[in-house]
Amino acid sequence: MKSVEKHSQLTRLLLKSFTFLLIFSMSFSLQAQDSVDAERQKEGRKLFKSLCSSCHKLDKKFVGPALGKIEEKRDADWLKAWIKDNAALRASGDADAIAIFDEYKGSPMTAFPQLTDKNIEDILYYTTVGEPKKTTAAGDADATVTVAKEASPWLTRILIAIIVIGILIIASLLKTISELKGAPKTPGLASNVNDLWVGFKRNTFLHVLLTIFLALTTAYVLFGVLFQVGVDEGYQPIQPIAFSHKIHAGDNKIDCQYCHSTAKHSKTSGIPSTNVCMNCHKNISEVAEDTKVTIGEQVLGKAELDKEIQKLYKAAGWDADNLTYTGKTQPVKWVRVHNLPDFAYFNHSQHVTVGGQKCQTCHGPVETMDEVYQFSPLTMGWCIDCHKETKVDLKGNAYYTKIHEELAKKYGVKSVTVAQLGGLECGKCHY
Amino acid sequence: MASNKKYWQSVEELKEGSIVETLSKNEFVEEIPTDEFLGDKETLEASSTSRRDFLKYVGFTTAAASLAACEGPVRKSIPYVVKPNDLTLGVADWYATTMADGYDFANILVKTREGRPILVMPNKEANGVTNARVQASVLSLYDNQLRLKEPQDKEAFLTWDDADKQIITKLNELKAANESVVLLTGTLASPSTEKIISEFVAAFPNVKHVVYDAISESGALDAFEAMFGKRALPTYHFDKAATIVSVGADFLGDWQGGYASSYAAGRKPAEGKMSRHIQIESNMTLTGANADKRVLVKPSEQVFALINLYNAVTGSNVSSKATPIDAEIKKAAKQLKAAGSKGVVVTGLNDKNAQLVAMSINSFLQSEVMDVTTTNNSRKGNDTAVAQVVADIKSGAVKGLITYNVNPLYTLAAAGDIQDKIAGLKLSVALSEQFDETASATAYALPTSHYLESWGDVSIKTGVYSLVQPTIQPLFNSRQFQDVLLKWSGNKTSYYDYLKAFWASDILKGQSWNQALHDGTFTANVSDTVTATSVDVSSAASALVGGTKSSAMELNLYTTIALGDGKQANNPWLQELPDPLTRASWDNYVTMSIPDARELGFSNPVKDNGAINGQYANVTVNGVTVENIPVMIQPGQAKGSIGLALGYGRQQNLKDAMIVGVNAYPLYFNSNHIQTNVTIEKVSGTHKFACTQVQKTIAGRHDILKQATLAEVTDSSLDPKHSWNKPAMVSLNHKETEANSVDLWDAHDRSVGHHFNLSIDLTSCTGCGACVVACHAENNVPVVGKREMRIGRDMHWLRIDRYYSSEIETREEAKAKGLSRGDVYKAIETVAENPTVAFQPMMCQHCNHAPCETVCPVAATSHGRQGQNQMAYNRCVGTRYCANNCPYRVRRFNWFNYSNNKEFDFNMNDEYGKMVLNPDIVVRSRGVMEKCSMCIQMTQATILKAKREGRKIKKDEFATACSSACTTGAMVFGDVNNSEDAITDLVADKRAYHVLDYIGTKPNVVYQVKVKNTNEA
Repeated sequence: MKSVEKHSQLTRLLLKSFTFLLIFSMSFSLQAQDSVDAERQKEGRKLFKSLCSSCHKLDKKFVGPALGKIEEKRDADWLKAWIKDNAALRASGDADAIAIFDEYKGSPMTAFPQLTDKNIEDILYYTTVGEPKKTTAAGDADATVTVAKEASPWLTRILIAIIVIGILIIASLLKTISELKGAPKTPGLASNVNDLWVGFKRNTFLHVLLTIFLALTTAYVLFGVLFQVGVDEGYQPIQPIAFSHKIHAGDNKIDCQYCHSTAKHSKTSGIPSTNVCMNCHKNISEVAEDTKVTIGEQVLGKAELDKEIQKLYKAAGWDADNLTYTGKTQPVKWVRVHNLPDFAYFNHSQHVTVGGQKCQTCHGPVETMDEVYQFSPLTMGWCIDCHKETKVDLKGNAYYTKIHEELAKKYGVKSVTVAQLGGLECGKCHY
Repeated sequence: MASNKKYWQSVEELKEGSIVETLSKNEFVEEIPTDEFLGDKETLEASSTSRRDFLKYVGFTTAAASLAACEGPVRKSIPYVVKPNDLTLGVADWYATTMADGYDFANILVKTREGRPILVMPNKEANGVTNARVQASVLSLYDNQLRLKEPQDKEAFLTWDDADKQIITKLNELKAANESVVLLTGTLASPSTEKIISEFVAAFPNVKHVVYDAISESGALDAFEAMFGKRALPTYHFDKAATIVSVGADFLGDWQGGYASSYAAGRKPAEGKMSRHIQIESNMTLTGANADKRVLVKPSEQVFALINLYNAVTGSNVSSKATPIDAEIKKAAKQLKAAGSKGVVVTGLNDKNAQLVAMSINSFLQSEVMDVTTTNNSRKGNDTAVAQVVADIKSGAVKGLITYNVNPLYTLAAAGDIQDKIAGLKLSVALSEQFDETASATAYALPTSHYLESWGDVSIKTGVYSLVQPTIQPLFNSRQFQDVLLKWSGNKTSYYDYLKAFWASDILKGQSWNQALHDGTFTANVSDTVTATSVDVSSAASALVGGTKSSAMELNLYTTIALGDGKQANNPWLQELPDPLTRASWDNYVTMSIPDARELGFSNPVKDNGAINGQYANVTVNGVTVENIPVMIQPGQAKGSIGLALGYGRQQNLKDAMIVGVNAYPLYFNSNHIQTNVTIEKVSGTHKFACTQVQKTIAGRHDILKQATLAEVTDSSLDPKHSWNKPAMVSLNHKETEANSVDLWDAHDRSVGHHFNLSIDLTSCTGCGACVVACHAENNVPVVGKREMRIGRDMHWLRIDRYYSSEIETREEAKAKGLSRGDVYKAIETVAENPTVAFQPMMCQHCNHAPCETVCPVAATSHGRQGQNQMAYNRCVGTRYCANNCPYRVRRFNWFNYSNNKEFDFNMNDEYGKMVLNPDIVVRSRGVMEKCSMCIQMTQATILKAKREGRKIKKDEFATACSSACTTGAMVFGDVNNSEDAITDLVADKRAYHVLDYIGTKPNVVYQVKVKNTNEA
């Protein structure tokens, strides 16, 4: 994960005020340019999205005809009659209605008798004025992304300072000693360093001290380095499709388990099969106007992201023009982010269904990630820490009733931890 | 008294100062294979690489390896495009289906993971019984080597359409010329397939359907037909029997499909009902090993013994010959008569007259054990018809041959005669799963699907119909036999539709297809009555006597529980399964009695690493010689007879490692197990057996086994703790105290949660080995091959120890009786010629105070609260202290990487074979210890299921692979903290004991004392 450097307070303040000014002026200018009844537009958009958008788009033909500026082509009353009950309209012998019906090969449109005239007018208003213009504010969301925690550097710094000071003290002592012994006072830095070096070379105690120090430091560093071998915290591979969890789980608030549906039943959370994507993407062939996805250094805009959706269509064998499946499929080869070694058994359903854990506990704020990375170290120590701390809420689970009661009594606690339930035994995860 | 018995495992042990004694003192037989690591000395000296260079390379490679390890490999995850609805990744689906390969018939449940079948278990709700071969059949599905993959003729691969066209044209030509075509199949027992065949025969009237069983029961079928007018086998309800007399019938092995579960059901000492079983035989069979009384006769004398038994029971006077065992036969007859309708006689002689005599005894007794209405359909072969086919092929009277599911060129004694004639036929087609001897010889070889890829129906017992359903898409370009015949008959229906329609009209009659498919079986209300016709037994008997010739040396051919008829010879799980009696794997051999071996100069010396050697013999029967058969000395083999297993020595397209043993089928004249006129010639050479007989010995602590008689167990006046189930005693404060109650350690708190125990009833355990294969399949236990097996590096987590014992008193008592030391050994040796046998499944005992745990320097093995002794493989550094300290010898060390290693070219070195691996279990790497985990993955899965459903664990819900596979009910697993579980009573049973209790290990596996019914009255 690329960390974003923290700006100083002052720059941040300046940046924020500048942003604010920018937004303000832009929205002001928009207001001035075009007088749109935002209220009606919003209402119309809402109705359009919920009722019409599965078959109609504003700018292009979909299951039904494009509806952008439809008011210019058709009479409002005719439209109202058509929307409320197009079958009745056709039955009445209306030539236009029959023509449209024939043009779309006799696939009838749903009737909407529940819509009031006001509703329909709002929808039509929206089709005429189009999408509300969005103000692009360079939010400082990026700056708030938390940087993965690092080990405190203070200890090392203090250590280095002490060592440097120590060496300086020793150096000055050595110098004083040699001066006291009657050596001529050597002016200049070069000779001072030289003296220091000569003194150091003669002093066995210092040699031993240094050797011990170096050995300990090497051991410490080596231990640290080796301990990180195979720990892929922060691993963020480039995926074959620039799929953004931020857009799906964050902005659109799709439940994690809608796609990762096996997490509640099985040991694996399951990467959704392509048909699950197509449940929505049959109708969503392009992203909204100003969507942006940041992957590493790259910022992908609408042009790029629409191509990513095409990749999905290719995988699923979906012909977006004719709205049919071709049958030529090409499974997506995702790159696994979380790799547990084979000798560790992990079961999602135990944690999600039984333990009631949130996905984020281990996977981190996935709903803010454009490109998913490994949030947790997935080391055994990390598992065990959690098992030691987590108290188990077992209410309403008949399996636990007796065991919990007995264990709580045994350990003299109100609610037991996973560890007390036996969650630290080797054989529970290693078989 | 149980404790006074002398137990031994190998004939070698009986010799004074034998190496076995030394071996048993060696705690850990295996030596570190330094030579293998370093290679031979000469090459080492000739090499230009000095030690210094070597260290440099090691240093460099270690550094390079650790650098490379910093960057993990990129792993791809490829989801379905459209996921099937009924499949949840990571969750197993179970399907009820039926195995019917012509030799093994079983109602089974198949576990599939992500669409791959990985485990076979008996469908106990449908009375399913699995043996080792049924358990292992799932691996044969993935046999990338032997399976036929594409339709082909002699020159090239064909498409199915081309093959169909060409064969239909030829069939029509033959039909037009009215030239005879034979359709040779194994036993099908499938109502719908038989209908399809009859339609095929109707379309091509020149086709004749002949059923051929490699291991024939034709004699019994003929006899039953003569007596009851129907070509079938009776079903035997051994659970109803009070007295069973078997003359050479290995009914706990493969005889007529095997009867282990009903036999075990009739031997429950706790319920006070236990049959008396007398076995009269020549080879030491599994059935003989389990019998209460085993009587030894030469093969030809079995015939006279049977007739003498007939005379004794019925009081008739059919002419026969006196046998050395007539006194025993009189006793047996008396017991049979006493049992009345609860008595039964069975015989393994494949002879119509012998079977008529046996069935007549049962009819005379009005035996309710022999059921003639619910007949057994698992054998249908007709020897006469097959002999006619062979003769017709030889003479040229038959112009066409279509085979399905048979391999006559391997299994026929006369295979050599027709080998060359096959190619000369106008049409020869082999429909086969395997590219075997026959498929390689015929003009067309067409792949049929494995039963796990097929639809089908089977009626193993009359009135009970089972369905076969596919659990995986066909792996290769195969097609079902039924679909092939439908197509050739010009029927355009698919077999699936045909089957459904057939079931709807003929079997279900309005009942639900889906329910039948779900259950795996459907029981129809069929009242099939047969009428007995009286047969002239005396003329049958005299014909039998007339046809029997004795000779100085006789041969009794048999089938092993591992390979059976040899169909699954390319299955490494089965090859590696040690024979329950000889404990040898990867081989067949001549079994020879101790006196014969002494006379002919054969021996089985034991090497210092526990390996056994043997010498070769040429065996000649009727002028046909099978050369270089190793000889294994078998206590309990009748003098003047030898045994030899069929099913081995297959070659065609087998993996190199699987080409073991010799083919005994050329000696199987007239499909008769018994061959006289045998000569044996000792030839030079030393054979290296892979025999675990004297490996994993338990330091001479043979009191690991406890036996008692039925009389003792049912005698309520006896206190078991002071008579037949004595616990070990120690002296505490100068008082005799039960060893179990004295302890160095604090006891674990077992009151909370689950506490798992496994109970093994030594009375019900027949030693069949199904549990061993089930353990293999469930736990990804690697196959190590013949060479490693030989030197004691087998990886079986579960083994079945076999102990011989003789009723010799202890040395002290012998002295009291005035026997000299030499006399004692002589006495032992005489008894050793027919010892009693006991089987003891042995796996990790999950000791509460485990000796292995205390010695592990890295705490890789630790104790779980639920009773398991847990093994963390990734923590193990391979010191092997634990194995040294285990009194039960159940820990196994991974000497090598057994997966992806061409040195171990078995299923784990094969992309297809790996599909059988259980994804919930890790494949262990080299350098770590492994052992039975008490199937912790299964108990954990059961617990998790209950948690997810928010309910308590149901009664007897916990299971292990071995307990699920055990169809005799010998193994019972459960939670002793749940009073509902069956295990709770078993642990407290008066027969329960812990093995080697005086060591104080407090195992979580409990054994039930073996009981034999020695009641002779």
